[in-house]
Amino acid sequence: MSTHFFGDTAVLLGRSMRHIFRSVDTIITTAITPIALMLLFVYVFGGAIKTGTENYVNYLLPGIMLIAIASGIAYTAVRLFTDMKSGIFERFHSMPIARSSVLWAHVLTSLVANGLSLVIIVLVALLMGFRTSANLLAWLAIVGILALFTLALTWLAIIAGLTAKSVDGAGGFSYPLIFLPFISSAFVPTATMPGPVRAFAENQPVTSIVNTIQDLFEQRPIGSDIWVALAWCLGILVLAYFFATAAYRRKIS
Amino acid sequence: MTNASTTREPAIRVQGMEKSYKELHVLRGVDFDVAPGTIFALLGSNGAGKTTVVKILSTLLSPDAGTATVNGFDVVAHPLRVRESISLTGQFAAVDEILSGRENLVLVARLRHLKDPGQVADDLLARFNLSDAASRKVSTYSGGMRRRLDIAMSLIGKPEVIFLDEPTTGLDPEARIEVWQVIQELANQGTTVLLTTQYLDEAEQLADRIAILHEGHIIANGTLAELKQLLPPAKVEYIEKQPTLEDIFLALVGNEGKVASSKDQS
Repeated sequence: MSTHFFGDTAVLLGRSMRHIFRSVDTIITTAITPIALMLLFVYVFGGAIKTGTENYVNYLLPGIMLIAIASGIAYTAVRLFTDMKSGIFERFHSMPIARSSVLWAHVLTSLVANGLSLVIIVLVALLMGFRTSANLLAWLAIVGILALFTLALTWLAIIAGLTAKSVDGAGGFSYPLIFLPFISSAFVPTATMPGPVRAFAENQPVTSIVNTIQDLFEQRPIGSDIWVALAWCLGILVLAYFFATAAYRRKIS
Repeated sequence: MTNASTTREPAIRVQGMEKSYKELHVLRGVDFDVAPGTIFALLGSNGAGKTTVVKILSTLLSPDAGTATVNGFDVVAHPLRVRESISLTGQFAAVDEILSGRENLVLVARLRHLKDPGQVADDLLARFNLSDAASRKVSTYSGGMRRRLDIAMSLIGKPEVIFLDEPTTGLDPEARIEVWQVIQELANQGTTVLLTTQYLDEAEQLADRIAILHEGHIIANGTLAELKQLLPPAKVEYIEKQPTLEDIFLALVGNEGKVASSKDQS
C-alpha cells in the first residue's frame, strides 16, 4: 500500500463530495421516498396499526431510516459505474496513487450522503411528532449502528457498481434491500404475522436492527437484539468487502 | 531534458508481448522500440489490439507473455515507477463532467502531489486556450475543448512518456489540427509520445516512426519514407489536383494553412 493512501483518498473524497453537492437532488430523492412512506403510514394506515406504543412515528422511524439507506446506496453503485465507463477510472489507475483510494473515496462519500439524508428524515419525523428520551450515549449507539449498516450495504453496492453491465443494473440491485424492512418489525410487530412470514421476519437482519434502534430511542433495556444486529452488519460487511475487493482486483489486473 | 532522453536506452521497449481475452488471441508476439523524444504511431484497424498494447504499457492490464519496459522500468515488476513516468489519455476523454475544467486540473495536480496545484492548473488553462471556460462545468464543453482539457490533464507532473489512444477520434477537423499541434509541441520539448490511430493521414502528419499492428503482430515498422519503399517506386503521372473535402472545409471556415504552420514550428 502506498504511503499516500490517506492524502489520495481525501482528494478523491473531495471530488465525490463536489458531485453530491452539485446534484443535491440525489440526497433529496433518497430522503423523499422514505418520508412519503412515513407520511403514508402515520397518517393513513397508522390509525389501524396496533404497535403497543402511543406514538407510531417513534415506532416507524428506525425502519424508515433503513429504507433510506437501502435506497441511498444505489447511488454509490451508479457513481462507481459511471466513473468506470467514463475513462476517469483508467486515468486514476494509470497515475502513481494508492489504487484502493479510488474505492474508499466512494465508500466514504456514501457514508456522508446517507448521513445527510438521515438528518433530513429525522427532522421531518420531529415535525411529525417524533420524540425520544435517548441520551447522548444512546444516540451515539444509534449513529454507530446506522453507520455500520450503511458501510455493509455500501460494500454490496461496490460489488454491484463494479460488476454491472448497465447503469440500470448498477442501481437496480437495491430494490430487494428496500423491500426487506416491509417484512420485518419495522411497520408492524412481527407477532401479528402468519407463521412462515413471521419466522422469516424475525430472522432477517432488519428486524434485529430495527428493534435495537427502537429500544435505544425509548431508553428501554436492550436485549440480545443488539448483538444479533451487530453480527448481521459485520457479517455482511466482511463478506461484501471480500467479494468487492476480489471483483476490483479482477477488474484492474 | 530528462534522464531518459540523454541515455541511449529506448523510452519504450516491447518484446514478445502476448495477450488473450479468453479465446481471443489479440496480441501474438508484439515487438517494437520507441526512441526518447519521438512520436511513434501505432496504426491498425478497429480491434487490432492497439488499445490493449496501450493498456499494458500504462499498467492497466498485465501481459500474458513477453516483456515491456517504459522509461527503463518493467511494467509488471515496477508498475508504480512506470506510473510515475507516464500519462495516459484514453480513447474516451477521461475528464470529470461534473467538475469545472480548472477543478479537473487541480484534482490531477493534487493526485500527483504537486506543490501548487492552482498555479499548475492556471498555466495549463492558459496554454490550452481554456482560461475563459475555466470555471464552467466540463459537461458544457465542446468535443475539442474536452480533448484539450484531457491532454492538459495528462501533461501535469511533466511525464516523460505520454500515451494517446486515438486522440482525435470523433473530433472535427479544426479540433483535430489543434490536437496535432499540441502533440507536435510535446515531442519538440522532449516528451516521448506513443499514439494509436486509425487515420493514416494522422500518422503521416505526426509520427517519426509508424508501426502497423495487424492480426496480433507488427507487420511493418519504420519511418514514412521507409514504409513507402515497401511498395514499388512511384510512377510519375499527371493528374488534375482536386481539393479534398478537408481542404474545402478548412478554406471555408478560414483555417487554411494551419496544418502547415504546425509543421513549420518544429
